[in-house]
Amino acid sequence: MTVTTPGPAPAAPAASRPALCDIDIHPRLKSPADLRPYLPQRWWDYWQSYGLRRRHGYVKGHPYPKAHPVDGMRRDAFPPGGGMPGSDLAFMRAQYLDRYGLTHGVMNVLSPTGAGELNAEFSAAMAAAANEWQKHAWVAQEPRLKASVCVPYEAPELAAAEIRRRAGDADFVQVLLLSRTAEALGRRRYWPIFEAAQDADLPVGVHVFGYSGYASTNTGWASFYVEEMAEHGTSCSALVTSLVFEGVFLRFPRLRLVLIEAGFAWLPPLAWRLDRIWARHRDELAHVTEPPSETIRRHIWITTQPMEEPDPPEPRHLTEVMEWIGPDRIMFASDYPHWDFDDPDLVIPATLDAATRHAIRAGNAMALYRFG
Amino acid sequence: MRHPLVDCDLHPAVPGMQAILPHLDAHWAEQVQSRGIESLESVAYPPNAPFACRPDWRGPDGLPPADAATLARIALDPAGTDVGILNCLWGVHLLFNEDMAVAFARAVNDWLAAEWLARDARFRASIVLPLQSVEASVAEIERRAQDARFVQVLLPAMWEVPYGRRSLWPVWEACERHGLPLAIHAGSAYRHPPTSLGWPSFYAEDYAAQSQGFQSQIASLICEGVFVRFPRLRVVLLESGVSWLPAFLWRLAKFWRGVRFEIPWLDRSPAEIARDHVRLSVTPFDVPEEHVPRLLDHLGGDSLLLWGSDIPHWQHDGAPAPPPGLDLARLSANALALYSRLQAEVSA
Repeated sequence: MTVTTPGPAPAAPAASRPALCDIDIHPRLKSPADLRPYLPQRWWDYWQSYGLRRRHGYVKGHPYPKAHPVDGMRRDAFPPGGGMPGSDLAFMRAQYLDRYGLTHGVMNVLSPTGAGELNAEFSAAMAAAANEWQKHAWVAQEPRLKASVCVPYEAPELAAAEIRRRAGDADFVQVLLLSRTAEALGRRRYWPIFEAAQDADLPVGVHVFGYSGYASTNTGWASFYVEEMAEHGTSCSALVTSLVFEGVFLRFPRLRLVLIEAGFAWLPPLAWRLDRIWARHRDELAHVTEPPSETIRRHIWITTQPMEEPDPPEPRHLTEVMEWIGPDRIMFASDYPHWDFDDPDLVIPATLDAATRHAIRAGNAMALYRFG
Repeated sequence: MRHPLVDCDLHPAVPGMQAILPHLDAHWAEQVQSRGIESLESVAYPPNAPFACRPDWRGPDGLPPADAATLARIALDPAGTDVGILNCLWGVHLLFNEDMAVAFARAVNDWLAAEWLARDARFRASIVLPLQSVEASVAEIERRAQDARFVQVLLPAMWEVPYGRRSLWPVWEACERHGLPLAIHAGSAYRHPPTSLGWPSFYAEDYAAQSQGFQSQIASLICEGVFVRFPRLRVVLLESGVSWLPAFLWRLAKFWRGVRFEIPWLDRSPAEIARDHVRLSVTPFDVPEEHVPRLLDHLGGDSLLLWGSDIPHWQHDGAPAPPPGLDLARLSANALALYSRLQAEVSA
């Protein structure tokens, strides 16, 4: 089923709208053939024969089926000319980029990019192809959009090579990983990725989802998609714990990490918990030389979508959480064209002062990604 | 009249396999000896680790308190605590052999009754469950429920499957029928790595990840509909850290609003369900002192909170007392409102 209404025209000309940066826009292939020009024949053939093989059992789809078609798309985001949501630049402009007056956007391609692929060489080939496709099909056509470097993150040496290949290319503004990695991200096997990202002066964006191969919770497999989504908070808590307790940010002091679509209200209580545990386990964590909350405050940025909603509703609780995190570390993200899209004109709390709203809507991203 | 003071989280140490042997039947006693099973201590609290016991609470043997008189002197006498609930964390839950787990759970519960409850009337205990067998867990509840000194059942934060799973519902039915809250304490059966991203490098990560296990259990119990089916069941989270609760419930409630068709048996927000069914002990209480008032505001006040000292564990600074801003008498009143078995005892 597709709904093809492009939506109303913008309320005001783009030029008169406040600046808007979006850290989570999902472009999608029109068809697998889009990648063919960038894939060696061997890997094109392999993909056609074996498909994607990640740490779950399905050829197509997900063990926790999404709530919407095509990996959870807005039902009104199917382009009128046909094809998948996110695959038609003209329609994306009409429905989102121009309508909301986007100034700068960061693209995160989720699949197929080789992310979490079991075959390391294939994973690397797919990541490289997805990066070429982003350059030619998107950034070259729409300079407001910048690409994230897809990497074969379970083969960290190959991932580092891909990052070095893109270093200095202004089309790429961050490195992209999925959150459910095969081991906790702070472990040494992933350090080549952080070293290359730091050398290239690229933030590392971690977008939720992926398959670690381990149960979706530390007490076993949850039953429902609603739990899979809620559990991004817990898996990203383990991810942050690992990065901090392994001393990754002390080893790579210029590394900047962006958590995308992970929620954020969980971050302050996690930081408090880690501070207490760090203080009690200084003998085991002798290599961690400052309180975890200080490391987190300095090195970790978060994105807004899906915006937290206090329950019972109390807007003040949300702004208090934002204060705890630090208003300079929070960046707007829409997740366009997914079903849980956040509207930039509606979700940034009106109770924040104008300077903070601007910082979240654009200023923090402009500083982090050096948009100018 | 002074309000009774209740401590929901005390830990009796098993002094050694020889203490349990008399409570095992001949077959299992022989198995223990012939197979050289020396200990069921869990790595969650290695006895020699500094955090396993405050130094001045260790006995002459250097080990945590393993007898009723010592624990009572440390944990009950100083504040005049009227009721202390014993949560034995010995690693019965780690066993894979279901028959062995049943034998050890029965033995530990019998040992608690004989060596602790019978020696100091202020003690109560949690029933150690051999959840490796649902049928045997129900039987153990039936066997023990007649003894009102057992006030709840005890399980670790991390099990084989999330606790909402339907296969476990006969256990929750038995809990509800006997007025026994389900107490979930930090700990793991290690059926899965301590994080959903695998095995961490450090003990400190394992301990940090405990609060994630509690979150997953609450999500599962709510989403599967356990509280719809068993409306009188209550869940007590012991040593959870507490401060993660508002953020987690916001998130779960938000996604429930988005995809509620997936779990249509829920007719109200998960956050509301949690407020009615979940209680938490406040050691540790993971929030800096200056943010306590705000956190309490986010929690909707202190009505969900219980006092649990976690004695003799030493993961926490300072004297065993509620954090600033929380009142021992109020927390104890919350416990009395929760534990129907204490209401009967204390008013008698």
